[in-house]
Amino acid sequence: MLADSDRIFTNLYGQRDWQLEGARGRGDWDATKELIFKGRDWIVEQVKESGLRGRGGAGFPTGLKWSFMPKESDRPAYLVVNADESEPGTCKDRDILRNEPHKLIEGCLLASAAMGVHHCYIYIRGEFYNEAQRLQAAIDEAYDAKLLGENACGSGYDFELHLHRGAGAYICGEETGLLESLEGRKGQPRLKPPFPAQVGLYGCPSTVNNVETIAVVPAILRRGAAWFAGIGRPRNTGTKIYCLSGHVNTPCNVEEEMSIPLKELIERHGGGVRGGWDNLLAVIPGGSSVPVLPKSICETVLMDFDSLQAVKSALGTAAVIVMDKSTDIVKAIARLSKFYKHESCGQCTPCREGLGWVWRVMERMVAGNASVAEIDTLLDVSYEIEGHTICALADGAAWPVQGLIRHFRPEMERRIGEYRSAAVRQRQAA
Amino acid sequence: MPKLTIDGTEVEVPSGSTILQACEHAGIEVAHFCYHERLAIAGNCRMCLVEVEKSPKPIASCAMPATDGMVVHTKSPKAIKAQKGVMEFLLINHPLDCPICDQGGECDLQDQAMAYGFDRGRFEENKRAVHDKDFGPLVKTSMNRCIHCTRCIRFLTEIAGVEELGATGRGEDMEISTYIERALSSELSANIIDLCPVGALTSKPYAFVARPWELRKTESVDVLDAVGSNIRIDSRGSQVMRVLPRLNEAVNEEWISDKTRFAIDGLVRRRLDRPYIRGDGQLREVDWREALDLVADRLKQVPGERIAAIAGDLCDAESMFALKELLARVGATSLDCRQDGAKLDLRCRAGFLFNTTIAGIERADVCLLIGTNPRWEASLVNARLRKRYLQGGFRVAAIGPPLDLTFPVEMLGAGGETLSALASGDHPWSERLRDAKNPMIVLGQGALSRPDGAQVLAAARMVAESCHLVRDDWNGFNILHYAAARVGGLDLGFAPGPGGHDLGGILAGCKSGDVEVLYMLGADEIDTSDLVGAFVIYQGHHGDRGARHADVVLPGAAYAEKDGTYVNTEGRVQLARRAVFPPGDAREDWQILRALSGALDQPLPFDTLGELRRCMRQACPILAETDLVRRASWEDFGEPGPVDPTPFAYAIKDFYRTDPISRASETMAQCSAIGLPLQRQLAPARTGTLG
Repeated sequence: MLADSDRIFTNLYGQRDWQLEGARGRGDWDATKELIFKGRDWIVEQVKESGLRGRGGAGFPTGLKWSFMPKESDRPAYLVVNADESEPGTCKDRDILRNEPHKLIEGCLLASAAMGVHHCYIYIRGEFYNEAQRLQAAIDEAYDAKLLGENACGSGYDFELHLHRGAGAYICGEETGLLESLEGRKGQPRLKPPFPAQVGLYGCPSTVNNVETIAVVPAILRRGAAWFAGIGRPRNTGTKIYCLSGHVNTPCNVEEEMSIPLKELIERHGGGVRGGWDNLLAVIPGGSSVPVLPKSICETVLMDFDSLQAVKSALGTAAVIVMDKSTDIVKAIARLSKFYKHESCGQCTPCREGLGWVWRVMERMVAGNASVAEIDTLLDVSYEIEGHTICALADGAAWPVQGLIRHFRPEMERRIGEYRSAAVRQRQAA
Repeated sequence: MPKLTIDGTEVEVPSGSTILQACEHAGIEVAHFCYHERLAIAGNCRMCLVEVEKSPKPIASCAMPATDGMVVHTKSPKAIKAQKGVMEFLLINHPLDCPICDQGGECDLQDQAMAYGFDRGRFEENKRAVHDKDFGPLVKTSMNRCIHCTRCIRFLTEIAGVEELGATGRGEDMEISTYIERALSSELSANIIDLCPVGALTSKPYAFVARPWELRKTESVDVLDAVGSNIRIDSRGSQVMRVLPRLNEAVNEEWISDKTRFAIDGLVRRRLDRPYIRGDGQLREVDWREALDLVADRLKQVPGERIAAIAGDLCDAESMFALKELLARVGATSLDCRQDGAKLDLRCRAGFLFNTTIAGIERADVCLLIGTNPRWEASLVNARLRKRYLQGGFRVAAIGPPLDLTFPVEMLGAGGETLSALASGDHPWSERLRDAKNPMIVLGQGALSRPDGAQVLAAARMVAESCHLVRDDWNGFNILHYAAARVGGLDLGFAPGPGGHDLGGILAGCKSGDVEVLYMLGADEIDTSDLVGAFVIYQGHHGDRGARHADVVLPGAAYAEKDGTYVNTEGRVQLARRAVFPPGDAREDWQILRALSGALDQPLPFDTLGELRRCMRQACPILAETDLVRRASWEDFGEPGPVDPTPFAYAIKDFYRTDPISRASETMAQCSAIGLPLQRQLAPARTGTLG
């Protein structure tokens, strides 16, 4: 369990002052200048040593990503912070944005200094209206205190920070879709290569990072990479904000160490599963796009990248969706299929055509109005979608269905059987 | 030069190639829909997925650069599985209406489905239904069939330069549309019909008319402007059914203008299909013998200096040569092929050619347009200018009224005084042209057909010489023609001989009675109000302005109905070929003139087209060099003198109705009714401040 002294987001719940004064009291903006003076190589090295992996879902090592940015370029470079948090079940960035905005802002400055970036954009989800207001107020405060702008923090480094509000599309949270949207075009992911580090925002080298990733950077630099790397397991280090939702007694966001056992997380912070542990049916461990896990796996699995990957799921955004035995699991996954079908940008054929197909079959599966062979068709179609598209939305849409079939196939077959016998009875009665 | 292995064969490809291009290089076909070599890479159809070793996922080969040591499998189980999967997805919402689809028989999806499709469907839901859109009179939509490859969007945005198509909606609700329903305004819009890999965008005038396998295909060239676009004429029986572009990198690449494609319904309307003689103010049908005898009679009676001839914009070189020979035999020297009165100078070939060549535009870095609107006068030259603009580092300026060319143009002034300033080197752009690596100027017919045209020509020559536009390795002086016959006519010397009159003199002579017989070979663009005094012979194919004022009408053949030589604005000699026969009693034009020479008892020395061509090429050797552009030497031309400061006017007022064929076309009339207001509305909007 994470010691209070190791906690990074000490105002996660908004019980204290979110403004500059309060943030300073919690250690933010403390000698930021000195950190910048240590140079970009030192910052990148620290982040690499800390083992920080991207908190947006894919878990790409952050220091490595930063090192892809060209050292010398005749074009400007950009940092873009992805605050378009739209993954169902996920609400960690939202609490950072409204209660710890200065951690993010300071992180933007330090991350930018690490990449030679002088202009940073925060792309915030359009529905986060209040959060955008508060973040803008915090940015204004930072400008007034000369923490941003020309000669930021007196370090001699010029740094501009812009807040941009999205217009409500899940796909704009995909890094290149986000860049397209930020440039004023329809949010459709771009082909890679070229990767944003070479050709990103406005055709210039860019890095896109998640809010949480950026917001933990100041703490890593102040307290040292070794401290951060000492939390959790190797390759899965540091603290992480988990979002507990669904059938737990006390749904919450909680900062915990990486690699905490899922069961401990639910029991300790979620107040346990509604009706007791034995009432657990399944858990989606990392936001709606990762495969569901049945209770048997939930007993032992650790909440980190490698451990969840080993059980064919993923950490994703660490949004734990708990479902007890009252859940109609097929209907729950069908609802997710509908979500992805609705949010597909429509560019790639497998995603555009396939997700509608999957959703329609899933709707019939809910009632059992299908044949058993169609379960195999569904699985096959999901594999035809997965990995065949420009971005990972289609993968995230295919995985929940694959997880369902992997762990709950008997339930699906039972429904089909019931539906059929009901139909036969009806016909005999008539 | 990366070296990679594709399906076991090692290939070396130019650096910058994609895997798909490398596959083509190796002779391995990879199915694709959204990829098109002239459009930006979209990578969205996912049909071209291939397996690349060391990559966990299949790779879209159209978008992935080929790198050294790559091992690609296009037919491995993993690749085939991915390709078949994509094909299945494409087909689940694609209607099974191939039997009534105009794309049938030439449909990429149909063809690829033969190779990658399943023989049964697993999709048991309802297919998607999408409302059809109205894109105007040329492009018919059937949006249920759309596979969202976005080729049409990319073509209009990138090549045509009008951002009028886009995708609205997300996911399976994504639709291609014009946002607000309206006709496409581009003059190149119908190329999206060719680009559409399925039957979502088809030709509206050609809808349900024919099947591709019923058509006879004739490779020819277009004559409705002076670009000389290479076309394929598809005909069935006696009728031209459609015109498609043919690839020629040096001329039209693989595009054609909407007029080239759709004016063909004019070939069956208002046609002259038998000879007529005017009597009592009425035209009366007669047979060939009677008509030719009457003409021969007149020509014999009238002395040569009172005979004149004007050749029109669509004439082939053969008929102009035959007419010129005939006139020589009756002693006539008043002849002109410059129907608009342009003061083009025959002394120097470089003085009336597009010397830079169309492909050469891509090497230019500065361009000055003088009194020309290339978008209407030569749409594909404009497309090439836009292509050059998109490559970057290209500045374009224009002298003339505001115009919208789909790319930024700096307007330097409206008329003569700006040109005079440039010629004397007093203009900032003189320096810009001088400092450029490969500068070019383009002089339009609108600037040359004014009374001071010869002075304008001389002033432009001065600009060319003072700004070093003409070097050993570069000629940046260009005349842009819009009439397909013009360069051929000038090459043949179809112009006033000793003591002869030019167009202005001929028309004045008709009015005053000095010209007693006027022979009009397809001349329909002249001011016919002055013709009252003369006996007018009209030889041509349409009952247009010329025939209306004629005393004898001799029915000729339109461009699709004869073999002919045309020289485009670059001086490129190209052969048009007969696709169908002329209607009724109409004959190929050289045959009419040969027959007339017989009636005159002065037979021309050729009885076949081959003999005619031999004579013609002897008289004008340049016409023997087909499909070749020879650099013309730079000599003196133009008449130096003061240039009138009045604004230049552009030669073409209505792009869709420029000649007898397009004026007879119902499709072009519809386009004109929609397009003209759009043109007026758009024209001032995009020019002026940009640049």
